[in-house]
Amino acid sequence: MSRDLNIKVHHLTRVEGHGNIVVNMKDGVLEKAHLSIVEPPRFFEAMLKGRSFHEAAIITSRICGICSLGHQLTSLVTTEDALGLEISEQTRLLRKLLVHGATMQSNILHAYFLAAPDLLGAGSVFPLIATHKDVVLRALRMKRVANDIGDIVSGRAVHPITPVPGGFTRIPEKAELLEIKRKLLEETLPDGLETVKTMQALAGAIPQFERETEYISLKNADEYALYEGAIFSSDSGSIPVKDYLDVTNEFVVDHSTSKHARYNRNSYFVGALARWNNNHAQLGEEALAAAEAMGLKPNCYNPYMNTIAQVVEVVHCVVDSVRIIDTLIANGLKNEKPNQTPTRYGRGFGSNEVPRGILFHDYTYDNKGNIIQANCVIPTGQNLANIDNDMLKLVPEIINKSKEEITLNLEMLVRAYDPCISCSVHMLEVDFIE
Amino acid sequence: MKPKVAFFDFTSCEGCQLNKLNLENDLLDILKHIDLVEFREAMDDKADFYDIAFIEGSISSPSCVERIHDIRRRSKILVALGACAVNGGVNAMKNLHPIDEVRETVYKEDKYLFATLPAMAVSAIVKVDYEVHGCPMTQQDFLKLLIALVLGKEPPKYGSPVCVECKLNENECLYNRGMVCLGPITRGGCDAICPSFGQFCTGCRGLLDDPNLDGMLEVMTSHGISLDEAKKRMLLYNANEVQL
Ligand code: SF4
Ligand code: SF4
Repeated sequence: MSRDLNIKVHHLTRVEGHGNIVVNMKDGVLEKAHLSIVEPPRFFEAMLKGRSFHEAAIITSRICGICSLGHQLTSLVTTEDALGLEISEQTRLLRKLLVHGATMQSNILHAYFLAAPDLLGAGSVFPLIATHKDVVLRALRMKRVANDIGDIVSGRAVHPITPVPGGFTRIPEKAELLEIKRKLLEETLPDGLETVKTMQALAGAIPQFERETEYISLKNADEYALYEGAIFSSDSGSIPVKDYLDVTNEFVVDHSTSKHARYNRNSYFVGALARWNNNHAQLGEEALAAAEAMGLKPNCYNPYMNTIAQVVEVVHCVVDSVRIIDTLIANGLKNEKPNQTPTRYGRGFGSNEVPRGILFHDYTYDNKGNIIQANCVIPTGQNLANIDNDMLKLVPEIINKSKEEITLNLEMLVRAYDPCISCSVHMLEVDFIE
Repeated sequence: MKPKVAFFDFTSCEGCQLNKLNLENDLLDILKHIDLVEFREAMDDKADFYDIAFIEGSISSPSCVERIHDIRRRSKILVALGACAVNGGVNAMKNLHPIDEVRETVYKEDKYLFATLPAMAVSAIVKVDYEVHGCPMTQQDFLKLLIALVLGKEPPKYGSPVCVECKLNENECLYNRGMVCLGPITRGGCDAICPSFGQFCTGCRGLLDDPNLDGMLEVMTSHGISLDEAKKRMLLYNANEVQL
């Protein structure tokens, strides 16, 4: 194995944001294997300073277009915690419906557009239009319905309009919700099950690689946690959200404009696979059947299987969205106004699962309702150290392959995490020396 | 010959790019009329020359400046896509604080370690031929521009404020409902989507060519918010343009 190997993938494609893969091996000794994040920072924490509670979610949703709903809702939960704003059961249900829509849209985008081309040996989804038209059309159809949820319930799927502190500026009509339900049952559920079959057929192309690590996600006693819950580590159990800094322990590394994170070990995993490992028992029968069909078992340590866990979640979100719509309608839709009268000022914490993993916001407000201090810890940032550790284990295992194959395996590894690089560099800038 | 089209992202949330992938019903038709040669977020290919280059995001670091010059040299038509590219968008809010303070908020004692530039519009560095406004840009706006360019026609321009479309949608003015709204000074073309969904206009499409800023501040303060708060609202998307 006394091999020299230099891999440098500049501006990795089919991920959100700018990152490079760097591997150096000299005389069979691996000197370097990491993902460099080279995205310019945007200084969101600085932008939030002095801004009113009416604007915080509008601003933070612009951290990332793909995760805009997740940032927005986490921002709202944080503001509501800081200002003591109670929300209604209807608001909570509408938010959960939005989370399902956003999770579906993001997971479908990743599985079909970003990851599937690798499994089919294509450079993008576009050549697949000619070779696998029905699959592409199915993906677009599923994405459309997922986005319909966002468009109807929140005004717009990218940078939602109606969710504000304390509630919604507009409540969807019963007929609109019933139309979503109809599409989910008639189109998206069958499409979702077809997706499971497609992925089942492609599963053979998923690299066999395992590295057991710490898995961190939200946990909620009542349901598969996506919106609200406590932090849960597969190593050490529950931690309240307000103690998130003890978990994330962010630190600076010189090859990344985004900080890295570690808790009980030197890295941890967040995202669909962590949610699956920690909370799979709370999924319904449809999602569990999908997992079984695609070969995803409880406590899966193969990071490439993250994409499969995302597809399982799509099935879960479709089924659970129908349940939420039924509940909303059974309860009777009420034309409530948002509750925006603060009962206190100070520090608040918020955490939700966004498609790429657990997200934290933390704001402190002055007694005029303006932000004094803000911090956001983003899923991709939390995963970066874990990606590097995977690479360090993976490269020696596949060292006998060609350089092209090794590179592809590494690219697929990074893509499996579905990294959202714009998000992860919301704050740090380090000059990258080529 | 189909025009060679490319998309590039700079400092942004990539929401404008995502909005294009959300054109699910039209995407396959669009692809029949253009030759998509570069789109890093979705494909591996790279190209040397572009008939139309769409630029998303602000210019905010020395490497951004280099890259945008390079793209401009190789593009026939260059379009700024979305508020970040058109005028700096929300990114420009960091320019309101002294740069030292911004760095300190993030880096603490390491603040001098890292270089950063103010967040700038693409047009601050290179010539921009067309602009698509909004945060995010609307899919319809983008489609209209793309169709016009593919057909070699002039794309539509929006000269009237958001209030016009808001009235056409027969919305009750938010000022009557105790909210403040930037509709009167903001360039229309969004179908007043925010007020139509009960939320105030944040000004994401940028200012009208000839906005009455003092008048706007007066209206806002007479509806119960402080002058300070009114100015902040106005700066949300216009930090590079408004001097208050
Ligand atoms: S204009 Fe808005 S939606 Fe578009 S990239 Fe910038 S922040 Fe994102
Ligand atoms: S709600 Fe806003 S956009 Fe509509 S008329 Fe009033 S000020 Fe104009």
